[in-house]
Amino acid sequence: MLSGVRRKRLVAIASSAWIVLALGATPAHAVQAAAEGPTGTLTVSAAASLSDVFPRIAEAFTRRYPGTTITFNFGGSSTLVNQVIGGAPVDVLATASEPTMWKAVNAGVANRPWLFARNTMAIAMPPDNPARITTLADLTRPGVLVGICAVEVPCGAAARDLLAKNRLAITPVTRELDVRTLLAKVVSGDLDAGIVYVTDVRAVGRQVASVSIPHADNVTTTYPIATVGRTSNPRLATEFVHYVRFSTSAQGLLRAYGFARPW
Amino acid sequence: MSRRAHPRAPWFLAVPGLVALAFLVLPLIALLLQAPWPDFLGIVSSPAAMAALRLSLITSITATALVAILGIPLAWLLARQVLPATGLLRALVLVPLLLPPVVGGVALLAALGRRGLIGQVLYQWFGIQFPFTTLGVVLAEAFVAMPFLVITMEGGFRSLDRRYEEVAATLGARSWTTLRRITLPMVAPSLVAGLVLCWARALGEFGATITFAGNFPGVTQTMPLAVYAGLETDRSVAIALSILLLAVSVTVLISLRGRYLAGRSA
Repeated sequence: MLSGVRRKRLVAIASSAWIVLALGATPAHAVQAAAEGPTGTLTVSAAASLSDVFPRIAEAFTRRYPGTTITFNFGGSSTLVNQVIGGAPVDVLATASEPTMWKAVNAGVANRPWLFARNTMAIAMPPDNPARITTLADLTRPGVLVGICAVEVPCGAAARDLLAKNRLAITPVTRELDVRTLLAKVVSGDLDAGIVYVTDVRAVGRQVASVSIPHADNVTTTYPIATVGRTSNPRLATEFVHYVRFSTSAQGLLRAYGFARPW
Repeated sequence: MSRRAHPRAPWFLAVPGLVALAFLVLPLIALLLQAPWPDFLGIVSSPAAMAALRLSLITSITATALVAILGIPLAWLLARQVLPATGLLRALVLVPLLLPPVVGGVALLAALGRRGLIGQVLYQWFGIQFPFTTLGVVLAEAFVAMPFLVITMEGGFRSLDRRYEEVAATLGARSWTTLRRITLPMVAPSLVAGLVLCWARALGEFGATITFAGNFPGVTQTMPLAVYAGLETDRSVAIALSILLLAVSVTVLISLRGRYLAGRSA
């Protein structure tokens, strides 16, 4: 019965999303949605690698549900999880790996998580590629300044797995605590290379050059999203989680930013 | 001076004053109460914690020495108003004090990073690079800590009775001798206070360091960075390291207390 209700709602969301896409949000439609849909304010803690796409998804969501406001807290996934465990007033949690999310679930602060996106790794270099990196193995050359994420955050765990999978040993010069600060040091030219997500490379465009890693050698990380147990607005939180997972606009934006389907 | 000079403080001063005191002290007590005491020694004596502590001590002391060598002359220049537009220069010196340290780190990258204004010249000509090096940590700490010394010392130089220096000069002392034998001893309380403030600020530096110098154990991961990284994995490690850092600061302040407090009340 529950699944039936859910499916109906999904159909409703999907179809109205299509209408929004096709016609733009007309005032009449907006009023109707406001009367039916959830209202209120939502605080979403999301992995740093989502800091470009999630605001766009929130824009689409608040167009779909006028009267809602979404504020974001972006950071390293493990930092976000610790904040939620420590009692941060957050309604929805989206991390860049399953182990970080399970930590929140096992601590009893997050409800059942759902996967909504997948990411893979790439090498980012300053646009002029000063160390002439062309393959993953080039990162092992002495004198190349390579940055990775700290192993506690998902991008660092993924980098470790990537190097292990390719039997490469590198000595990074820094272990940054989230992927965007690592990327910033590549953009500024202070690092010769950084192991980041493919979506990060896409997000900053021509500010970096990049080397893509062949699928067979690459590793993936999947992104779970969950409502936080003590949210003051469970209806809106659940609606946002559904929207991210199933709406054509949210999934379309995720594809546009380079995220793959999780399944 | 009687021990109870004001036995009856008016309530409108006593209440907010005591709230302020509780606000400053309670978090530190809470930290001590949450400490993983059974594992404390094991955590703080681990090689990783020791590496971070050693790095913190080395970099903060080096930064303080660098600040003393450059900052004391700057304080003197400002106090004697030998430079044009001293008021403006004094305001500029204060900017790093008011700036969020992360912004300081970004500014340092813009100036001394490998593609920075000065950094690119140093890198291309001499192959010198500051980010991701221990020297970069020292520079980040010196940048945020120097204003503390300069402002304190400038006050000391300005409140100095210059007749002593003039007498020394009339007795034939060269300017270096006057500085060394008359001026510096007379501003010693300010000097000690300034150096302690500067060192404490350098020891606690986080934002500029992680932004400019990065985070790598043994090279750029100072105690505050280790505490922050510890929060990612094991809260008890972060708390134990915090208490160690607190203990180091308090020990140094207590050992300097006599001279430091004398400098404050003089």
